Amino acid sequence: MNTLKDRQQDIAAMAGKVGKPVYDPANYAKDPTERQLAQQKSPKLASLEEAITRSGLKNGMTISFHHHFRGGDKVVNMVIDKLAEMGFKDLHLAASSLSDVHAPLIDHIRNGVITRISTSGLRGKLANEISHGLMKEPVIFRSHGGRGSAIATGDLHIDVAFLGAPSSDPLGNACGYSRSENAKSICGSLGYALPDARYADKVVIITDDLVAYPNTPNAISERDVDFVVVADSVGDSSKISSGAIRDTKNPRDILLAQQAAKVIINSGYFKNGFSIQTGSGGASLAAVKFLRESMIENNIVADFALGGITAHMVKLHEEGLIKRLIDVQSFDKVAAESLKNNPMHKEVSANEYASADEPGSAVHYLDIVILSALEVDVNFNVNVLVGSDGIIRGAIGGHPDTAADSALSIIVCPMLRGRIPCVVEEVTTLITPGSSVDVIVTEYGIAVNPRRPELAERLRAAGLDIVDIHDLQKRAKSVIGDADPLPFGNKVVGVVMNRDGSVMDVIRNIEE
Amino acid sequence: MERLRRTMMFVPGNNPAMMQDAYIYKPDSIMLDLEDSVSMAEKDAARLLVHNALKTIDYGNTEMVVRINPLSTPYGKKDIEAVIKAGVHVIRMPKTETAEEVVEVEREIERVEKELGCLGRTQIMAAIEGALGVVNAYAIATASKRMMGIALGAEDYCANMKTQRSKEGEELRLARETIVVAARAAGIAALDTVYSNLNDMETFRKEVEYIKTIGFDGKSIINPRQIEIVNEVFAPTQKDIDKALTIIAAIKEAEKKGSGVISVNGKMVDRPVVIRAERTIELAKASGILKEEDLK
Amino acid sequence: MKLNSSYAGTLESGDILIEISPSEAPGLTINLQSTVALQFGRQIKKVIEDTLSEMGVKDAVVDATDKGALDCTIRARVTAAAVRATGKDVWAD
Repeated sequence: MNTLKDRQQDIAAMAGKVGKPVYDPANYAKDPTERQLAQQKSPKLASLEEAITRSGLKNGMTISFHHHFRGGDKVVNMVIDKLAEMGFKDLHLAASSLSDVHAPLIDHIRNGVITRISTSGLRGKLANEISHGLMKEPVIFRSHGGRGSAIATGDLHIDVAFLGAPSSDPLGNACGYSRSENAKSICGSLGYALPDARYADKVVIITDDLVAYPNTPNAISERDVDFVVVADSVGDSSKISSGAIRDTKNPRDILLAQQAAKVIINSGYFKNGFSIQTGSGGASLAAVKFLRESMIENNIVADFALGGITAHMVKLHEEGLIKRLIDVQSFDKVAAESLKNNPMHKEVSANEYASADEPGSAVHYLDIVILSALEVDVNFNVNVLVGSDGIIRGAIGGHPDTAADSALSIIVCPMLRGRIPCVVEEVTTLITPGSSVDVIVTEYGIAVNPRRPELAERLRAAGLDIVDIHDLQKRAKSVIGDADPLPFGNKVVGVVMNRDGSVMDVIRNIEE
Repeated sequence: MERLRRTMMFVPGNNPAMMQDAYIYKPDSIMLDLEDSVSMAEKDAARLLVHNALKTIDYGNTEMVVRINPLSTPYGKKDIEAVIKAGVHVIRMPKTETAEEVVEVEREIERVEKELGCLGRTQIMAAIEGALGVVNAYAIATASKRMMGIALGAEDYCANMKTQRSKEGEELRLARETIVVAARAAGIAALDTVYSNLNDMETFRKEVEYIKTIGFDGKSIINPRQIEIVNEVFAPTQKDIDKALTIIAAIKEAEKKGSGVISVNGKMVDRPVVIRAERTIELAKASGILKEEDLK
Repeated sequence: MKLNSSYAGTLESGDILIEISPSEAPGLTINLQSTVALQFGRQIKKVIEDTLSEMGVKDAVVDATDKGALDCTIRARVTAAAVRATGKDVWAD
């Protein structure tokens, strides 16, 4: 006979041979619970404190955060307060960026809870304190693409990632928006959180809208998630711009935008199938408006717009002027809603967006980028991080990534802001090297990098006012006079990493 | 060659940031205002601000105009002294009603210029802002050899005429026509009034097209956003430019031959046609359609 | 020279507010608040001193709140404040 019972001896023998136990039906009682109830008992659901404890976090480890809520972020302060309360010390805070709202970190730094920081930028009080030497260890600054690469290669190893999400199911399928009626927040793309979700040892999703499984389409997959924590609020979406298209009335921004648009239109890159990225500043947004008119007039359609996506870009997409939107960060609610509702509006991770070492990262296929700057210098170097008072007041963002990899990078930067010169002999801090910058648009004329004589020729032929960058610098100086040197000390408070992992520059403390 | 005056941008005289930035928008003329945009309590401070700005800020080739307060106020005389000492190109008189007012301003200018040793440097333009001024337009336009132009100021004019401004501008028709004819008869520039609704660029463009048609040199503007539209309207067509280039070539040809007679296709070209051709070329250059090298 | 407390200028961007008041002690006391103090504080004070000295104002307290004004603006505002404080104009009546 060859019944199951007859084969028991063979089964045991084979199990022994492959080194596995024999199946025991007694271990498996079928659970008849309704599945909507069953998922509420997901083993991943935990309080913040439980999640921290069970994650195995120890003093000296690295924790990470994303900044998709920008000034409305609540997760960083919530988690660090809890960690401080639980007695953690000597932690490395690796955020995709930090802003004004993170001033409470100052106390946690003083108390030794946080001893190292990695970020794209710093603003407000925290930035001011750090510039004055608050921390023993210098802050490590990386671009968005550089951070993605560093996480993927292990240069930046994350032990526990705490990722705020406007929706998650109990298994950790999480999104930057919610489709439920109880939605409390929306931030759109979770692009900067995706490397953390994929590479961190442990991932904690913190959500203010726990929805039923399956929360699809999802940005972060349950496979990457270890714990799901429910909080009252992960972010104040009102701090992300509402996205109502309000065109700038500032005549200087309009002038700069018009000039930037003219550079693009006459650059030789403005043709069917081109791709573009712009920032969210007044001049950048206004430039999109002028480009739109020219695209309609000349029957030109772009293949994609990249990067931080705004309501302006969504409008052009909806009008058929841009085929696809590739979104690493939704700059306003209109963009966030579009990401939620439109399959042609794609969410990408920081790596797919801007890594130098990923052959498929989108910046490699970017024709034109319009960027802003705090300062540019006569060698076309750009600073977007440190103010001309020596105090950190910005973020690297995707600046060096997009400038380096695009076919045409345009920096829009007034020559003067009040009495602050923005075209200088040498930038206060080197962020984007002149070798990747092509055109600088100012209110006193357009400077083209001497590397690109053909571009200068095209723009001159189009009647644009092409000037020598040295003349702009001299003019700025003649208007404002000689500046006294800044009172820098000898302590390094910041390190600027290039996107390839090399060290680009350091920031010294400022003494007053 | 007469300078282009397509746009004269008004800038309040008590706003340093706007005075500093005015140049970047490349209006043909900048008018720093000491009159209506400055409150009585700030007249002294604005006068000093305008004086120092004119002396220091690099306005390139822009024509610099200052609108002074009338001599009948306690401010007019000091305004004249302050702006001439700073090297202003043109003094703009507000609410001009008679030729005598121009003569009085000229006398003041002469006094200051003599003191500085720069007699004859400063030009005058008069804004006509009332019925009496319109009636006296030609007398005003010819009251001084310093007269650079006359301009319409429509707000006060309309109040004086017991009417108000409309989109169509019918209420300004007679004043505009009178002023442009008076200016042409006197051989000076004619400048149109401001248009204040920045949200209605369509009507603004129509108004600019109209005043260009009836012969004005340009328009007073209150915001840099209006400049491009005026320049577009005043830009010559390719046909005009081609014609002008042919005439300019004929002039060069005649000069080469040492001939006083300019002819195109065997037909003699009259002096007014030559002047118009030169103006077309200037406008084309200023509009960025023609470049210096195209003329070689 | 007798001074009355006076001021000129505004707190708008690109402007400077200059307040002049009589001083008990001899000499000028300049209290400067500026958004660009680190780089231009010395220069701003120098323009204030030079302008007042040209106008013959020797003893005064000057409170200056600067919003990134250029030298020509500072000169104009200091002159205006001094004219108001002394009652003596720089232009002929």
